[in-house]
Amino acid sequence: MTSRAIAVVTAGLTQPSSTRLLGDQLAAAVRDILAGQTVDTEVVTIELREHAHDLTNHLLTGFPPAALRAVLETVTGADAVIAVTPTFSASYSGLFKMFFDVLDDKALAGKPVLIAATGGTERHSLVLEYALRPLFSYLQAIVVPTGVYAATSDFGASELHERIDRAAGELVALLGSQPATALDDPYDDLTPFEQLLSG
Amino acid sequence: MQFGIFTVGDVTPDPTTGRTPTEAERIKAMVTIALKAEEVGLDVFATGEHHNPPFVPSSPTTMLGYIAARTQKLILSTATTLITTNDPVKLAEDYAMLQHLADGRVDLMMGRGNTGPVYPWFGQDIRQGIPLAIENYALLRKLWREDVVDWEGKFRTPLQGFTSTPRPLDGVPPFVWHGSIRSPEIAEQAAYYGDGFFANHIFWPKEHFQRLVGLYRQRFEHYGHGSADQAIVGLGGQVFMRKSSQDAVDEFRPYFDNAPVYGHGPSLEEFTADTPLTVGSPQEVIEKTLTFRDTFGDYQRQLFLVDHAGLPLKSVLEQLDFLGEIVPVLRRELDAKRPAHVPDAPTHASLLAASSGPSNSVEVAR
Repeated sequence: MTSRAIAVVTAGLTQPSSTRLLGDQLAAAVRDILAGQTVDTEVVTIELREHAHDLTNHLLTGFPPAALRAVLETVTGADAVIAVTPTFSASYSGLFKMFFDVLDDKALAGKPVLIAATGGTERHSLVLEYALRPLFSYLQAIVVPTGVYAATSDFGASELHERIDRAAGELVALLGSQPATALDDPYDDLTPFEQLLSG
Repeated sequence: MQFGIFTVGDVTPDPTTGRTPTEAERIKAMVTIALKAEEVGLDVFATGEHHNPPFVPSSPTTMLGYIAARTQKLILSTATTLITTNDPVKLAEDYAMLQHLADGRVDLMMGRGNTGPVYPWFGQDIRQGIPLAIENYALLRKLWREDVVDWEGKFRTPLQGFTSTPRPLDGVPPFVWHGSIRSPEIAEQAAYYGDGFFANHIFWPKEHFQRLVGLYRQRFEHYGHGSADQAIVGLGGQVFMRKSSQDAVDEFRPYFDNAPVYGHGPSLEEFTADTPLTVGSPQEVIEKTLTFRDTFGDYQRQLFLVDHAGLPLKSVLEQLDFLGEIVPVLRRELDAKRPAHVPDAPTHASLLAASSGPSNSVEVAR
């Protein structure tokens, strides 16, 4: 039985968090579909709240403390990412953006990413298309066509579950057969000095 | 093994008093610190080169020349000399002049600097940072090693029959280190020439710098200058000492919390765990510094940063007194561990002896 690693990045702040709940439901839907294909799913859920101080420290010092480094490596090494944020001031939250600001800008290149957001009202639903999708397009991720937005009133509605299943199915379809590839290492293709000298 | 201090030359308010020293006070303080370094038995004083506030040392050879006149043994160096934006012709002249005035007590550390806007101030383009570092340094070497130079490159006007004066003291150019915190190309450059490589690893975890130093050592051997463990490595360090560890932590914490570079971020305890910073008793500094050898192998030069973040001159001079106590211990411990085939850092005397000896093995003709 093959196995797939899915990283769920959630920027919910309260505990319990509806943003975390949406991430869990998306991960469960992905797991169910993959189980039907006799593929094991290893889900790692990253609560950015736990790394808020480390994210600030990384921004200020230029290096990640050990716990954050491990999380960045988990996301970089995942086969797919589910990214979930609450909607703050018509966009993703600052904490959510901080994580993707310090993640290597090639870490998501070619990687399937399912985008999802929560909000107090349905009126913010286009935050997925106007804020999240451009961010992940910039990071060269393969963004799942269906994003999932859940207002408070959506939880418990069957339409949300249909949308979750559709998005999960699209993510699984994008997984393809190839495992996640490692980032380019600048030490691997060192230019010999004679070549540097000749410009 | 050489021990010394390096200074950024920042003018930073003392966070405990709110007072900012004047430029004159800071410049004179840097000189006082250098003189004290010699007095307590350190080997090296290195000054940064910056061309923007809040830094004062824009003219390193002016300062080092003045210090040379007031010291006898201290090696005068830089941390770093901007090989990208300084004209290599002027560097060749300035540092040869300093060599004569200081009786050879001069070496340099080349760097690309960390301030993007400095490039256009000196007519250069930051996008050409690495090519500038490569071409300018190649020309600098030529100007020091050939009496009459014909040269043409990409970044400055050609030279025809040019002689840089004065010629290097005794015909021996200053030893050169290359400082880098992230560029494999610079480690490669240092290795190619058999120059020294300085890893200022004080702000980041050691794993990052292990790869850079490892690459330099491996390529040093590749280019035939000796075995990897004979490569010439320098390391940074950052310390604050009091007799009792708790006194050191209490006194340094406000400076740490407000420091440029890492202030307002991680706690003193977190940063101490992740980087070479040591705040504590002299014994703790000895123990932490000895771990650098375990991480990077036997090395030749250890420079400490002691005068930044607004620390008052009095505290800095007290740090130098502590360094005067611990350096003999570090010297003894590290010398005892170093195998006989691992050389000391080159000095003017050793380079002169090598150049007049029969084998002429130090200066590979390049």
